[in-house]
Amino acid sequence: MYIPTIGCEVHCELKTKTKLFCSCKNEFGGEPNTHCCPVCSGFPGVLPSLNEMAVEYAVKAGLALHSTINKFSKWDRKNYFYPDLPKAWQTSQYDLPLCVGGYVEFMLDGKLKRVRLNRIHLEEDAGKLVHDGGVSRVDYNRCGVPLIEIVTEPDMHSAEEVVAFLTELKSVLKYTGISDVKMQEGSLRCDVNLSVAEEGAPLGTRTETKNLNSFRAVARSVLYETRRQIDEITSGGKIVQETRRFDDNKGVGYAMRSKEDAHDYRYFPEPDLLPVVFTDKKLEKIASSIPELKAARISRYMGEFSLPEYDARVLTADKEVSDLFDETVSLGVDPKKASNFIMSEVLRLAKSDGSEEVELKISSKTLAGILKLLHSDEINNLGAKSLLAALWGTEADPRSKAEEMGLLQSNDEGEIKAIFDSVIAANKKQAEDFISGNDKLRGYFVGQVMRAAGGKANPKIINALLDKLKAGI
Amino acid sequence: MDIIDMTLCELSAALKTKKVSSLEATKACLKRIEQTKELNNFITVCEDEAIEAAKRADEAIASNGEYSPLLGVPVAVKDNIVTKNVRTTCASKILENFVPPYDATVVKKLKSAGAVLIGKTNMDEFAMGSTNEFSAFGAAHNAVDFTRVAGGSSGGSASAVAAKQAFGALGSDTGGSIRQPAAYNGAVGFKPTYSAVSRYGLVAFASSLDQIGPITRSVDDALELSKVIFGKDIHDSTSADVLLPDKLSGEVKGRVIGVADEFLNGLGEKETAAFNGAVKALEKMGAVVKRVSISSFNAALAVYYVLSSAEASSNLARFDGVKYGRRAESYTDISDLYERTRTEFLGDEVKRRIMIGNYVLSSGYYDAYYIKASKARTVIKREYDEALSKCDALLCPTAPSAAPKIGEETDPAKAYLSDIYTVPVNIAGLPAVSVPFGSDGKMPLGVQVIAKACSDGVVLDIAKALERARG
Repeated sequence: MYIPTIGCEVHCELKTKTKLFCSCKNEFGGEPNTHCCPVCSGFPGVLPSLNEMAVEYAVKAGLALHSTINKFSKWDRKNYFYPDLPKAWQTSQYDLPLCVGGYVEFMLDGKLKRVRLNRIHLEEDAGKLVHDGGVSRVDYNRCGVPLIEIVTEPDMHSAEEVVAFLTELKSVLKYTGISDVKMQEGSLRCDVNLSVAEEGAPLGTRTETKNLNSFRAVARSVLYETRRQIDEITSGGKIVQETRRFDDNKGVGYAMRSKEDAHDYRYFPEPDLLPVVFTDKKLEKIASSIPELKAARISRYMGEFSLPEYDARVLTADKEVSDLFDETVSLGVDPKKASNFIMSEVLRLAKSDGSEEVELKISSKTLAGILKLLHSDEINNLGAKSLLAALWGTEADPRSKAEEMGLLQSNDEGEIKAIFDSVIAANKKQAEDFISGNDKLRGYFVGQVMRAAGGKANPKIINALLDKLKAGI
Repeated sequence: MDIIDMTLCELSAALKTKKVSSLEATKACLKRIEQTKELNNFITVCEDEAIEAAKRADEAIASNGEYSPLLGVPVAVKDNIVTKNVRTTCASKILENFVPPYDATVVKKLKSAGAVLIGKTNMDEFAMGSTNEFSAFGAAHNAVDFTRVAGGSSGGSASAVAAKQAFGALGSDTGGSIRQPAAYNGAVGFKPTYSAVSRYGLVAFASSLDQIGPITRSVDDALELSKVIFGKDIHDSTSADVLLPDKLSGEVKGRVIGVADEFLNGLGEKETAAFNGAVKALEKMGAVVKRVSISSFNAALAVYYVLSSAEASSNLARFDGVKYGRRAESYTDISDLYERTRTEFLGDEVKRRIMIGNYVLSSGYYDAYYIKASKARTVIKREYDEALSKCDALLCPTAPSAAPKIGEETDPAKAYLSDIYTVPVNIAGLPAVSVPFGSDGKMPLGVQVIAKACSDGVVLDIAKALERARG
């Protein structure tokens, strides 16, 4: 039985205001070559000046991922020719990265799994080639955007583990506020190193599949590559150490270059930049500027709000959901009720388009408005659900919308009693059965009263009236 | 006195007192450049821009505003220092058509001091060479003897200053490229402490060794130019503030001057005599001469060629035909475009160094060459620091001999030997100045003063004493 062993290299773009070595804007998109200058487009004579904020962001990532921050790290040049790399080297960190060690922990199939990190280093992104009708053009807007590269140990053994790892990594990073972590915009990209071997045997020869930019592509490429390697070995072949790419549309992987053709990057220390040196004081200052991280939120929800661990994990899986929850609670909504409604109704809508990203189109103010109507019995559960759907993506006032939709229910006991009495009078036989113990008829009567009240009677009041009827009051 | 015979300081004084206008001085330089154009010192002469700048300087002088010693002074800049809207070629075919979109920090500083940029000077391609014969625009000639080399790599700057085509010039020095051509042409060449002058806008050859500095006709002139170009720059993280004295005393009384035995091994008779003359002159003025030893002296050239070539192979990789400069006319794919462009438009010496550099950085050879050379660099630096802890300055010849004839040296490895005295200074990051002293009977010779890092004022002061002793 062959099992795959998998390690990842995850590239994450940092959302600093400016690029790593110049003052150009760090923004996604834009007309080609509008966010670049002589420095990031590698003109003769230019020199880099380090963006200290990017270093801080990388340190924050390291701290959030339990890494050790190197007090002395340095820059190295990774040399290779490619049109999207205007200096012909990528400024990166080779033997003394900013962060070493660390781990990511997540629940999978009810078990806590830990993936160890080897290192995190800071480097610059390259530009983009645009191929168009036999002509290739280059866009340097992304050139020099700060990236962290997170390298794991080979601790994963299935596509599910890799996806769960990435999901958790993405979630943790989101809390630090250092990146948008959007795979579809390329601010999070993953290279997968994979080898297969029989259980207990030494690791096999690995291949690296580069630049996977969705969870789906990661999962599919892991399954594909695992299958391919096992087939190769069992049919008497050998795995060649190589760099591969995966075509997610076709679901097929391809070899890009073998070890023999691999680049010799000729790394050497970057003479144009000083080493990055930290004092304890500086590190403490960065640590204290980190916002509340995921783990802290989970324990706060379990402690302060007495939520079950499962609920706390679901609510914190995405930072925006957790933020929505916190803000809604701060507007006076009961935490448990807010939690239940978010976990059931809000998340269902937020993930309805099938995308990997949660998209919240509701403000905490609107959500709190809906929940207050619900908890004061002005609308019922069903009403709250339709009101949420109606307000999704709008700024409308929940009460006016509920009114407009006719969702506001009557709490006027006198009015409901009159309707109730007329329903009982019209259904004497059933009423006697109910009083004598056939509780199944309760639903029938609630339905009848509700229908007669145009759906606006508070079901609680109807139920109370039924109880009284039964008790002979 | 004819304007072009003035030193930079003399011209500055004459401009200030309105005895001479910047326009007159600029026109005199342009005329001189035209009359002596066979020297081939300029790749680009900025005639129109220079005249405009001179007029602006004259207006500023007339309005008696804030006065800068460089206001209205025509200076030349080596063609590997970028100038906005003025072609910057690095004497290479590959940048033959390259017009930079920005000014180097030193150029910005010169312009804001009111200096007049007269032109861009010839050099060895990408500053790689010791004779200027590796220029894609033909060799610059020696200002003293037309049949001889101008030296390199800042040969055009040195010859232009000596030939009175400019009152001062900027050069760049990676292993002697300011000091050696200055010595060959009888000019003063000053390489500041590494980091004293911003390298932003200097087209990099070997980033950890490159330094911009002045070439002038007098030591005081070198100080005036240095005052303008020195200083920490936010665009160069390796730059730092290094202090300079306001004025040079030229006093050496009580100064301890170190001379290493290694400096004189194998030096020719006439050259030794000239050097000893400089030592004696300093002693006569009250300096104390001390024998020191720098056992790593002979290792420096090897270390230099490994490290500088390694950095160059990376620095020059951006000249690939994709973004700017020349591109091969026909190619099949991107690798072919790179290969044809670089084959066609880079010169032999540049290719040699790129090959050496890639070799010493490649896996399997990195430890044996690059790492070993980096360790040796530390040893050399330590030895120079140690020697300089026992004296105020070291004195040695600038080059083993005076300028050779054009075409005389055909073996590149032998040509490298002409940098034996200058190279260790870059490896150690120290300030050094070459000042003319004596001759071999026909051609001027230079003597080099080296001091501790950041003691730039000390080397200039001692150089001024030597200049004075020379008379």
